[in-house]
Amino acid sequence: MSHHIVEVIDLEYSYPDGTPALGGVSFTVTHGESVALVGSNGAGKSTLLLHLAGCLVPQSGEVRIGHLPLTKKTIPQVRRNIGMVFQDPDDQLFMPLVYDDVAFAPLNLGFPPEEVEQRVVNALNTVGATHLRNRPPYRLSGGEKRRVAIATVLSMSPSVLFMDEPTSNLDPRARRELIGLLKRFEHTRIIATHDLDMALDVCTRTIILKNGSVIADGPTVDILGNEKLLHTGGLEKPLRLQGCPVCNNN
Amino acid sequence: MSTISSSLFDVNHLDALSNQTTCIHRLDPRVKLLATVVFIVSIMSLDRYQISALMPFAIYPIFLIALGNLPFKYLLRKVLLAAPFAFLIGIWNPFLDSNVSFHIGPVGISGGWLSFASIMIRFALTVFTVLALIATTGFNAVCMALERLGVPRGFVVQLLFLYRYIFVLTEEAGRMARARSLRSFDGKGMGIRVFGSMIGNLLLRTLDRAQRIHIAMLSRGFDGEIRLAYPLKVNRRDILFLSGWTALFILLRLFNLPYLLGDMFSGLAK
Amino acid sequence: MHMADALISPAVGGAMLAATAGMVLHGAKKLKEDMDDRVVPLMGVLGAFIFAAQMINFTIPATGSSGHIGGGMILAVLLGSNAAFLVMASVLTIQTLFFADGGLLALGCNIINLAFFSCFMAYPLIYKKIAGKDPNRNRILIGSIAASIASLQMGAFGVVLETWLSGVSEIPFTSFLLLMQPIHLAIGIVEGLVTAAVVTFVWKARPEILELTGSSASIRSTSMKKVLVGFAVFAAVIGGTLSWFASANPDGLEWSIYRAAGKEELKAPETRLHALFAKIQEKAAFLPGYSFKGNDSVKSDGKEVRVESGKDEAWGSVNAGTSLSGLIGGATTLLLAFFIGWFLRKLQNRS
Repeated sequence: MSHHIVEVIDLEYSYPDGTPALGGVSFTVTHGESVALVGSNGAGKSTLLLHLAGCLVPQSGEVRIGHLPLTKKTIPQVRRNIGMVFQDPDDQLFMPLVYDDVAFAPLNLGFPPEEVEQRVVNALNTVGATHLRNRPPYRLSGGEKRRVAIATVLSMSPSVLFMDEPTSNLDPRARRELIGLLKRFEHTRIIATHDLDMALDVCTRTIILKNGSVIADGPTVDILGNEKLLHTGGLEKPLRLQGCPVCNNN
Repeated sequence: MSTISSSLFDVNHLDALSNQTTCIHRLDPRVKLLATVVFIVSIMSLDRYQISALMPFAIYPIFLIALGNLPFKYLLRKVLLAAPFAFLIGIWNPFLDSNVSFHIGPVGISGGWLSFASIMIRFALTVFTVLALIATTGFNAVCMALERLGVPRGFVVQLLFLYRYIFVLTEEAGRMARARSLRSFDGKGMGIRVFGSMIGNLLLRTLDRAQRIHIAMLSRGFDGEIRLAYPLKVNRRDILFLSGWTALFILLRLFNLPYLLGDMFSGLAK
Repeated sequence: MHMADALISPAVGGAMLAATAGMVLHGAKKLKEDMDDRVVPLMGVLGAFIFAAQMINFTIPATGSSGHIGGGMILAVLLGSNAAFLVMASVLTIQTLFFADGGLLALGCNIINLAFFSCFMAYPLIYKKIAGKDPNRNRILIGSIAASIASLQMGAFGVVLETWLSGVSEIPFTSFLLLMQPIHLAIGIVEGLVTAAVVTFVWKARPEILELTGSSASIRSTSMKKVLVGFAVFAAVIGGTLSWFASANPDGLEWSIYRAAGKEELKAPETRLHALFAKIQEKAAFLPGYSFKGNDSVKSDGKEVRVESGKDEAWGSVNAGTSLSGLIGGATTLLLAFFIGWFLRKLQNRS
C-alpha cells in the first residue's frame, strides 16, 4: 500500500464553454492526513472535489487515489475507496429511511445481508445516530442530516473521505458537535470549507486555492496565521486568531 | 401561499400519524391495501340508488380510525375539502331524475335525491378509508406493498423518490412564493410572465439538484438498480384481518343488512 | 377534474386501471432498457417539482382568479413521453393517497385523463410536430397552446365518457359534454400559455435541456412505438367495454333516437345498460345466487326490477314501508358502527 493516498498532478480543467476552472493543481496527501481546502468562492474547490470523487475525469494531468490513476475505466474501482459527503445533505439522503440510505452503498457493493446490517450499525454508531435509524430523512434536523450523510459513506469503509462544507448551515452547538466528530475520525480526509475556525480545529494541513491554482500549502497553524497570504486568497484570519473587539487585544 | 404550507402540513401530518404503533399500524401493508380495494369495489358495485346497504360499510373506516388512533375531525375536514368535484357531478341527479320513489310523510323523495345522497355517502366512505389506509400504513410501506404485489420496481422507486423530494421542493417553492408575494402589490407581479420565469427557475434548480443527487448516488456505487431491503412477513393476524374483512364486505354486498334490521324493527312496532 | 371512486362503476374503474397498469409496466420496462441511470433521480425530483409547482398560483388573465399548472406537457417536453407518463402517474397516485384527489379504483381513469392524453397523444402528435425541431418562441407558444388544449379536451372527454359509462351520475352524455368541453377549452388555453412561458424560460436559459428530448433520434422512434402500443391497449380496453354495450343493445338506431328525443326516453337504454353491468359484475364478482332476486320486499331498489318492469313503472313498485325500514335500518347500523368505533377507541386508549 502506498504511503501517498491522494495524488493530484498538474490537474487542469475547463468548463464546456471554455472558462478555465483549474489550472495545473498539484498536491499529495499521505495516509491519515487531514487537509483543509480553502479559497474564495469560485476558486475551484468544488471542481477539484468533483475530480477527487470521480465525478469528473481529468482533461489534462492526473489524479491518483491509492494506487489507481483516475480514468473512465477505473472510476468504479476508485469510487469504492472514497467517501464523498456533499454540501446539501438533501442531495445525499434520497432514500425513504435513514437505514436505507446508510445501507445503499453496502447493498450496491453486494455484501450479504448480515454484513450490510453490521456496517449500517457501525456507521450510525460512529456518528452517534443509532436512534435515527428508522426515521425518514425529512424528519431530521440539520445537524442530524449531516451526521447521517456522513454515515452513508462510512458504511462503505472508504479509505479516504472528501467533504464539502460540512459545517455550513448548522447552529453553533451542532457545528461544535460535528467538529468533535470529525476530530475523532482517523480517516484520511480532505475538507473543502469556508469555516476556517473549523479547519484550525480539525485539519493539520491547509491548501489555499486561488483562481484554479494552489497558492499555499502547509501546516494549518502557519497558513491561517499569515494574514497577508490569506488576504491574497480572498480570505480572513480565523476569528479566534483575530483581535477581540471588546478589549482591543491582539 | 397558505395552500403550500397547508398541503405540506397535510402530508407531514398523515406521515406522522403513520408512525404510530397501534395494532392496525403493525399489520402487513399488503393486507390493508387489499382489504381496502375489496372494500371500495364492494361499495362501488352497489346499485346507484342504494343508501341503506352502504351504511354497514362504515364500520371499516370507523374500525381503522378507532383502533388506528386517528383524529376523526382532521380526516373529516380533509374529506370535505376533497368533496366539491363529486358534489358538482352528483348534484345534477335530483334535477334530472325527479321520479318520486317514496314518501316520508307528505314529502316525496325523488330517485335523483337518493342517487345524489348515495354518491356523497360512497364518496365519504371511500375517501375516509383511503386516508385511513395511508395514515395507518405510511407511504413507504404502501410502496413496498405495491412492489410485492407486482407493481414494477421502476415505478415504485419513482414513487419513493417523488415522496422524498416533495418536502424539499415544496419548501423551496414556498420560499419563492413568499418572496414574490412580499414584493407584489395590488395583484401586480402575480401574472403568467412572472409565474413562468419563477417556475422556470424552480425547474432549473430542480434539474441541478437531480444532477447532484445522481452524483451522490454514483459515488456510492449506484449502477441503475435500487436495492430495497424490507422484510415483509404475513402472520396469522394479517390473514385473519384480510379474510375477516373480505368475508364481511362480500356478505354486506350480498345481503342488505339494514333492511333486514329495519324490517325487524317496523315489524315489532306494528 | 379528478374522478372519484364514488362516480364510477367497478367495471369502468377496473378496465381503466388495467389499461394504465399495462402502460406503467411497459413504460418501466422500456425505461430500464434505455439504461440511462440519470433518469432515476431526475424523474423522482421532477415529480416533486410538479407537486411544488402546482402549489404556486398565478393570476389568470382577464378574470382575476388564480390557477396553477397541470404539468403533464412540461414534463413531456423535458423527459419525453414515456418517462413523463410515469412521473405523472406517480404524482396522481400520491394525490389520491394524501389529498383524496381521486380514488384508488378511479386512479386508472385519472391517469388516462390527466397523464396518458398529454404525454402519449398531445405531446408527440402535436407539440413535437410544431416545436420539436429547432424551437423558437412562436413555435413553443403555438405548440404548447395547441397541445394543452388538445390534451385537456381529450381529458375532459375521458371524464365525460367514464362518468357516462359508469352510470352513477344522471347527467346525459351530450349535456355533460357540452358543459365540460368549453370549460376545458378555456383551461387549456391558460395551461398552454403557462407551459409556453416555462418552456421558453428553460429554452433561453439552458437550451441543451430541451435538445435532450427533442433531437435524439432513438428516443423519437421508440416513443412513437410506445404511443402506438399504449394507444392499442387503450383502444382494446375501450373497444371491449363498448362491444359489451353493443351486444346488450342490439338496436343501435333505437338507442340513438331515444337519445335525441330527450331525457325521459334516454333513461331506458341507460338503465338497461347498467342493469347489464350490474349483472355482469354480480356474476363475475359475487355469488351467482343473488338471494334478493325473488324477494319483493327487498329488491325494491334493485336494477333487475327496473329492467323487468319497464322504464316508467320502475319506481312504482317501491313500497313506502320497505323504504322506510331501509332508512330505519340504515340509521341504526350507522349508529351501531359509530358505537363500535367509540368502544374500540376507548379500548385502544386504555391499552
